[in-house]
This record gives sequence, C-alpha cells and structure tokens, in this order.
Amino acid sequence: MFGTVAGGPENIPPPKGNYDEDTLCVEPVEIMRRQHFEYILDHRDLTVIEGIRTKKHSLIGCIDCHITPNDEGVYARYSQETHFCASCHQFAAVSIDCFQCHADRPEEAIRKAIGPDQRARRPAQELLETLQFSTAVFTK
Amino acid sequence: MRDTPDTTEKISTGRRHFARGVAALGGLAIAPGVFLYHTAGAKPDDQAVSSQQRWGMLVNTNSCHEECDACVTACNEENGVWSLGRPETDAQWIRKLNVRDRQTGHVTSMPMMCQHCEHPPCVDVCPTRASFRREDGIVLVNKHTCIGCRYCMMACPYKARSFIHEPLEDQLPHSPRGKGCVESCTLCVHKVDRGDNTTACAEACAEEGHDALLFGDLNDPESEISKRLEKYGGTQIRADLGLNTGVRYQGI
Repeated sequence: MFGTVAGGPENIPPPKGNYDEDTLCVEPVEIMRRQHFEYILDHRDLTVIEGIRTKKHSLIGCIDCHITPNDEGVYARYSQETHFCASCHQFAAVSIDCFQCHADRPEEAIRKAIGPDQRARRPAQELLETLQFSTAVFTK
Repeated sequence: MRDTPDTTEKISTGRRHFARGVAALGGLAIAPGVFLYHTAGAKPDDQAVSSQQRWGMLVNTNSCHEECDACVTACNEENGVWSLGRPETDAQWIRKLNVRDRQTGHVTSMPMMCQHCEHPPCVDVCPTRASFRREDGIVLVNKHTCIGCRYCMMACPYKARSFIHEPLEDQLPHSPRGKGCVESCTLCVHKVDRGDNTTACAEACAEEGHDALLFGDLNDPESEISKRLEKYGGTQIRADLGLNTGVRYQGI
C-alpha cells in the first residue's frame, strides 16, 4: 500500500495530533488512505444541501489537523510537494480539483498570507452604483 | 452513501414544506409545537436545517447612509471576496444602490444582494440543480454541480449573482470559491449554521451605528424582524414577480 512515507518527500510537517486518545485519524489509517475521498464526497452534500456541519468528515477538519507549518512557520500550499495532500497525490499521480476552490491551508495561514491590510484587496469604490429613476421604480 | 436522485427528491420535498411554513407568515397559526422550536442559539451540528426557519433580512433605507459601504466591505472580508483589480469582472455579493428620484431629488440608499426568494428564478432555470434553496430559505449555489452556464445570472431580476472568470487563490475555508462557478450572497450561511443569528453586513451596519440591516427568522413571530415587519410592513423589490423575497425593504 502506498503512503505518504513510501515514495513522497520526507519533510512533511506532522499533523497536529491524534483525532482522539485511541485513534490516529477520524477513521483507521488504512481506510483513510484508500477511501478518504468517499467520506469527503458524502459529507459535502450533507453540508451544502442540508446544512449538516459535523466536524468529523469535513474537509476543513482534515486541513486544520493535517496542514501544519514547517520549522520556519510556513504552511505548504497544495502546489508544493510538502503539502500533506499533495505529497501523496503527486506520488500516486492523482489529479484533484478540490483546492481550486477550497482552502488548502487553515484559516490562520490564509489570513496571514493575505496580510493585515485586507482592505487593500477590496473592490474599488467605482462599484458603488448611482441610478436615476423616475418615481415609480418599485412595484408594491 | 447518498445517491443523486435521493438528494434531489429531498430538495423538492423541502419546497413543499417550505411553502407550508411561509403560510404562517400571514399571521396564521402553524401546527402546534412548531413555535416551541424557535429558541435562540445554534442548531446541533448533526441536524439538517429545516423549513421551521426562514431566514431573511430587513433593510431600513431611512437609516442607510448614502456614502457608507461598510456592509460591502464587511461582506468581502468575511467571505474572502477579494478584488482582482478588474471591477468589470470582480465578484460582487452585495452592492450599494443610491436611487435618486428625479422629481423630488430625494436619494434613497440601500444595499442590494440576493433576495433569497421563496420562488427563485435562478433555481427554476438551473439545468443541473446546482442553484437551490435550502430548507431554511437560503438560496445557494452548489458549486460541486454548477457548470458555469450563467442562466441563473440572466434569470435573476436583482443582478445578484457573479461569475468567476479566473483562477482564485487564498479562499477562506468557510467560503470556497473558484473559477467557472456562479456565486452570490449566502446570507452568511456559515454564521447562520454556527448560531450567530446575524450576518457580516448586518454586524458592520450596527457597528457603524446605522442599524439599517436586521437579520432574523421570518417564521418566528417572536423574532425582532417579524415583529417589525408585522408592525411597519416591508416592501419587496419587484413584488410584481411574486417571488416572495426573504429580503424586505422599508422606506422605498
């Protein structure tokens, strides 16, 4: 069975800790290696459509635990092979689209990357619209 | 595991439940016991949202300041809707409108965003059912199924939706966004599910001291928004379309 240690890079920051006292991850590691995407796929529909927000199989939960800073305090992006997910996906030649939209690092890392002055990146003032209407604009 | 037909059936069932819930809006009594559900605080994480709530927003345009765009800024920061420096294609979840009456010169200022309709045209036209209304009345795009056709953008009478034209980075964990999908105001669904009982725009408006935005449960007769709507009424923009919007305006 392949794993992050079999052929991938060795300098991957370790996860924050065990899921609980007895278990390493939310499911047995062998199952997670093979089937983690099925748990995530299932959970995404429950979350998006039904608003179920349990943490156990949420992608945010995976990222929060598995993506940790290296010795220099830097969080790897998915595009780097030291990113936990990428380390295995690159080795196994798997292409995923998750991180085109989803955060590949915990929120604190992203906020740090954006920098303190978020306002610099807000839409320009020109977006404010001024419309001129004759009296009957809104129909009661 | 849940298969697709099951999921879609779930949505359409919800619509019927939802319609029943809205009947209560007119002041009718819903089934006994339903009111008991309306307690403050978050729903349990493992519980699905239900049509016992209908989240909505009340905009008091008389309190909304012409030059203020705190709601827009707060929305962008909360949801990571950063500008790419190209206003023509930058996403816009909420925008400010200043509407001047030519006759009187009076300027009415108001935020405009997804109106979270009971009968959303965006949902009607979506070929993949990516555009959907959650049981609690929040209209969302399921970006896992959105193919970026933009029919919903054309169908929306409020110009509430944006298409993402280019690759994004630094998205926030609670607000996944990406190229090729349509997106719009989510009524801060992550905050609602957390039990915050407010949205980023409403919080920012209150911080500015304007208090023009009030978020709440339209199905709960005891909520502030329901009480105010019952007492003072609220206008739907383009009420003639019969969409029964969740966002109501006062002073227009």
